[in-house]
Amino acid sequence: MATLLAFPILGILLVLQSAILSQIPLLQGTTDLVLLAVVAWSLQRRVRTAWQWGIIGGLLVGFVSAVPFVVYVVGYLLAVGFSLLLRQRIWQVPLLAMFIATFFGTLVIHLATLVALRVSGTVLPLGDSINLIILPSILLNLLLALPFFTLFSDLAKFLYPEELEM
Amino acid sequence: MKSPSARTWQTAVLALIVIGLIALALGGYLTPLSRLVIAPFVSAQTWLSTRFLTLQNILTSSQDLTRLRQRNLELEAEVSNLQSEIIDLKQQSAETRVLSALVEFARVHPENRYLAAAIIGRDPSPFMKYVIINRGSDGGLRSGMPVVTSQGLAGRIAAVTAGAARVELITDPASSVNVRLEPSGAQAVLLGSLTGELSLDLIPQTASVNVGDLVLTSGLGGNFPGNILIGQITSLRRRETDLFQQASVQPVVDFSKLEIVLLITNFRPVDIEPLVPTPGAP
Repeated sequence: MATLLAFPILGILLVLQSAILSQIPLLQGTTDLVLLAVVAWSLQRRVRTAWQWGIIGGLLVGFVSAVPFVVYVVGYLLAVGFSLLLRQRIWQVPLLAMFIATFFGTLVIHLATLVALRVSGTVLPLGDSINLIILPSILLNLLLALPFFTLFSDLAKFLYPEELEM
Repeated sequence: MKSPSARTWQTAVLALIVIGLIALALGGYLTPLSRLVIAPFVSAQTWLSTRFLTLQNILTSSQDLTRLRQRNLELEAEVSNLQSEIIDLKQQSAETRVLSALVEFARVHPENRYLAAAIIGRDPSPFMKYVIINRGSDGGLRSGMPVVTSQGLAGRIAAVTAGAARVELITDPASSVNVRLEPSGAQAVLLGSLTGELSLDLIPQTASVNVGDLVLTSGLGGNFPGNILIGQITSLRRRETDLFQQASVQPVVDFSKLEIVLLITNFRPVDIEPLVPTPGAP
């Protein structure tokens, strides 16, 4: 159920990202709603479908984007792995984990994109990439990290209700 | 009992008094006196009238208020309807303007066959300058078809699905277009960038190129048809030590406001890959 739910949720977020948020850049950076959703979902305590969400998110974005397919799949899976690690290490402060995972997740995906483009023959200036795309994107993602965490926390509580001890 | 002569005298005196008062009034001599007498009546009547009107308003206002509120609601609904109509009409007007410009472009270039498509999205990755259009292979689109607007060249189709296609804009960092500069006729290569700015490279040192020269597709390489306008040179970098000149280009297409594009459907890109010599090949 939770895995199937990834398709409509991530699909809607991808449509929003492609149709609206891609046209509202900060410098050249844009928000990655799918990454935020995957990270926020992975950090929920009772969630067991984080890897599935990472794969589905990666496949969806990889299908729409011109970036080599593997970048988003691997990038989102790395972000999920990092989020699960943070969930175990700093489970007392999930919000801090959300901010850290968002920061590193965005960084990893953008660096992976840079590497993939370089391999495919497009060399982008690293300084400009960091200043104009990576840092603004991280800022935008961090701004939306808190509301996303709250939303997906509610969704997790709805899908995985607490078991009452009798 | 009074005698008739006494009564006549009384009548005459009364008549004289009345005539005298009338004469005084007509002459204006009684005005201060009349003002003094009338003022209290006027004040009393004003007080009474005001109170009456107030009371009448209180008694009748509930009906008026209900009617006014109802009317206000009706007018507000009408205003919102009219506003939505205005927005619709403005949108239709903008679309009509764009479409008429595209029709004009197609009329000026009758050698090509065109298909219009709307931009429905942009690439999720900020590194890529790609847009997604609402037509795909079902509409006859093929990979490599050039994409133009009424102003000039926008890009080419990079990937196609049944109902949509991905267009690589000429501002993409990986994009390169062979161009011709007018009026010099010099050949060069137009490159995209991370910021979406366009630059020219490989302009021969011997070419006489100036700021303001036009940049058009040359047709070399077989990726684009020739003579499609791209932009104008805004600055030139020429150094004696370099092999080539470089230049910045202002595109004629506003890539931030792309809404509808035209696809040149009768152009087939030529794949020259097999003709490019590779190192080590016999």
